[in-house]
Amino acid sequence: MNEKDNSGARVEIRSVRKAFNGQPVLHGVDLTVAPGEIFVIMGPSGSGKSVLLRHVIGLETPDAGEVLINGEIAAEPGTRDHCRMAMVFQGGALLNSLTLAENVGLYLREHNLKPEPEIEAVVKERLALVGLEEARDKLPAELSGGMRKRAAIARALVMEPQLLLYDEPTSELDPLMASTVGREIVNLRRRHGVTSMVVSHDRDLAFGIADRMALIRDGRILCQGTPGEVRASDDAAVKEFLNANLKHEPESPEEP
Amino acid sequence: MLSDIGRMLLLLRDALASLPAAWRQRARVVDQLFEIGNASLFMACLLSLFIGGVLALQTGPVMAERGVTSYIGGMVGLAMCKELAPVMMAVLLAGRIGSAITAEIGSMRVYQEIDALRTMNINPVHYLVVPRLLAVAVALPLLVIFSILIGWMGGALVIAINPAVNLSHAGYVNSLGDMVGALDILNGLIKSFAFAVVIGVVSCHQGLETIGGPRGVGRSVTKAVVNSIVLILVLDYALTRLMINL
Repeated sequence: MNEKDNSGARVEIRSVRKAFNGQPVLHGVDLTVAPGEIFVIMGPSGSGKSVLLRHVIGLETPDAGEVLINGEIAAEPGTRDHCRMAMVFQGGALLNSLTLAENVGLYLREHNLKPEPEIEAVVKERLALVGLEEARDKLPAELSGGMRKRAAIARALVMEPQLLLYDEPTSELDPLMASTVGREIVNLRRRHGVTSMVVSHDRDLAFGIADRMALIRDGRILCQGTPGEVRASDDAAVKEFLNANLKHEPESPEEP
Repeated sequence: MLSDIGRMLLLLRDALASLPAAWRQRARVVDQLFEIGNASLFMACLLSLFIGGVLALQTGPVMAERGVTSYIGGMVGLAMCKELAPVMMAVLLAGRIGSAITAEIGSMRVYQEIDALRTMNINPVHYLVVPRLLAVAVALPLLVIFSILIGWMGGALVIAINPAVNLSHAGYVNSLGDMVGALDILNGLIKSFAFAVVIGVVSCHQGLETIGGPRGVGRSVTKAVVNSIVLILVLDYALTRLMINL
């Protein structure tokens, strides 16, 4: 485990290509995320956003290109020893056989990082932060999807990460909780200088928190820049994604 | 199957490399042991009672016809401790515990729990495989000892109530004592330990390799049980061949 270095991590994604069973998913993606930056990746379902995030955390290795965290290859085991990284999975990915409190304290216990009373205090504080202190003894199966997501965020925060990845952090959350999560992402950067990469469909969240953002489609980056630059993009696919809405014209009443 | 065996050997190597740190997982090993005991003990006793009984029932009258009743106890005793108890308990554990291990680890893989462990820099082999492997390796030899004793009792019971076999209880016990030695029991325990490693590694390996949602979990469980039983029987022959002259 690395000694406490609280500066955010730098992420460099260079010409990353990935295919599964011969089906290309990423076609040469290039991105750089500066330390302490909040970078949002948006795009339609199946565009390769989550796969890209899995490359950054080292769960996938690219077929070509490289992903570097503070200059070290992301998938190398030693990289996690030098840089604390955490990921909030889309479904939470809590361990179903453990209670919420056990899930949140798992990292500290497994790595023997603190004595038990301190772990208990950290768990209590993190659960309170996401409004789950009452549910600490419940199993994940007893919780709603939103509660599981919040618990996953609490578990990630326990690691005091330098790089925090969020896969759809506000899906299954009500607007109030979504806004709380968005605020917490920004607060974490302010308090600890954490670098955050957020994959999301949620345009409100993306434009609300991003320092910079990218739009990905069919495994290719369509555009990247500040929210203002992305909004001003002339690319038709970008405009289509950003302007899509659910409003329907009401049907005209039938003539008698 | 061959590539599976290669990956299983790699998993076994990783698990063995994690053993020095296994002390920290002792609570999880004890949990697994209780689970195995709860799930298997009654079934193991029942199975062993009837195996010993059937063995005496099949061989008793034939041996009595040929005037060698004094060997019945020894025959039941040797068959139980060298062959039937280790193999039947291993098959029972592969079905009851191996399948549960594969289903649990497979579900964890499908629902990204294992990915989550990796992102927390927690080695899944250390956290998931080692406690289960150790628990099965301790539990199976213990179950085999139970099974041998209860199998002997089953044989004794059937001999006592079977008028076709003219052998007293004392005669059965004497024959057993004359023919079965500590080495024969050790033979069965060595086999059971090897079978336990097979069950643990195969079940954990299939769980970790699971892909494709709940149907994938089902496929992995079936594969784990079938592969375990096939490997147990093949290994049984190899070990018997190896130990036959000991």
